[in-house]
Amino acid sequence: MAAQLNVWRTLTDPLIRQNPVTLQILGICSALAVTTTLATALTMSISLTVVLTLAAGVISMIRRHIPDTIRLIVQIVIVASLVIVIDQILRAYFAEISRALSVYVGLITTNCLVLGRTESYARHHAPIPAMVDALGNGLGYSLILIVIGGLRELFGKGALFGTQVFPLAETGGWFTPLSLMLLAPSAFFLLGLLVWAVRSFWSEQVEAPEHTPPLRVEPAE
Amino acid sequence: MTALWDLFLMAAFVDNMPLTLFLGLCTFLALSKRPEAAFGLGIAMICVLGVTVPLNNLIYQGLLAPGAWSWAGLPDLDLSYLSLIAFIGVIAASVQVLELLLDRFLPSIHTAFGVFLPLLTVQCAILAGSLFMVERSYTFVESAVFGLGSGFGFAVAVAMLAAIRSRLAYADLPAGLRGLGIAFVLAGLMSLGFASFAQMAAAQ
Repeated sequence: MAAQLNVWRTLTDPLIRQNPVTLQILGICSALAVTTTLATALTMSISLTVVLTLAAGVISMIRRHIPDTIRLIVQIVIVASLVIVIDQILRAYFAEISRALSVYVGLITTNCLVLGRTESYARHHAPIPAMVDALGNGLGYSLILIVIGGLRELFGKGALFGTQVFPLAETGGWFTPLSLMLLAPSAFFLLGLLVWAVRSFWSEQVEAPEHTPPLRVEPAE
Repeated sequence: MTALWDLFLMAAFVDNMPLTLFLGLCTFLALSKRPEAAFGLGIAMICVLGVTVPLNNLIYQGLLAPGAWSWAGLPDLDLSYLSLIAFIGVIAASVQVLELLLDRFLPSIHTAFGVFLPLLTVQCAILAGSLFMVERSYTFVESAVFGLGSGFGFAVAVAMLAAIRSRLAYADLPAGLRGLGIAFVLAGLMSLGFASFAQMAAAQ
């Protein structure tokens, strides 16, 4: 029973309480670039979750055989191979979305989220918990992407998944699209506001005030 | 010559890596708390991008592009799907070599940004530089200019953000906005500013 509870917590913790994007600053690069429409955000979320889960499983399975000195290279090569597979699948079956995602699918390879999870969790745990943890983090990332992608498409075009939700002013409706929502700055603002909202509800995530410039350098990527 | 200068300006300002293309944001936000760290990161980015993009261009043109093996009697061989792995390998190796060279010949610079160099292997902006080079099919010279330009753009952006954040360290912000939240809002404002460069490019 306790073990079951543990697995459940590993899966649900990264959704909000330990969310990789809003709390750990991991994987933001792709999170913002692909969220102009909901469809690209969803494709990116699914690709990342699949890559992350499989990579965590594979790395956890061979974790006792990887020499410590070359583990980063091994991990990157495993992740890169999985990304190539996903990229080829997207190109073959979803050509249009693949073109919209441009280089960002390839960039899953260097997504800090993937390496962060394999490095900090999958390397020390058995395959099943490692994959559950990866799935949880993938879902936490997807949650943020879908919220931001949905908001940007809804207010930028008045549409969701390409179907018009708000009637446009040009065609006799009441909604004037906010084209700023489709540009880069709005993604930063939305994510900043989202972080603010999350931290107002879960106040244990609030960062300590810095009255002196901190000397500590946070691990990045 | 003016075409190359235009490319440099475009890579540095119009297609600014962190602010308009959202690349390398993780290090951009994590290392912009202190101006010195940000400056070191910026210089390291210029060096690494300036080296890896032209190097990957050579590898891509010579080994991976469709038809690159026609001299060996294999005109139909298309290895471009391997480019991700090849690029990552080249980047990891050149970062390592750069580190060794700096350690040997310019130890003072090496200690200044030695910490950030290994991190740059897994920096999205570096890999993205090479991927954009393939997507836009730059020549060797163009790719060198493009690499230097985007590195310069990154350095400018990260130094500016660090300067603003170090002034804000004493500001009384709402609790939830402290740290990461305000960094995003600042980056958004800077990104609005950089959007004006895109307007200028469009007007030309």
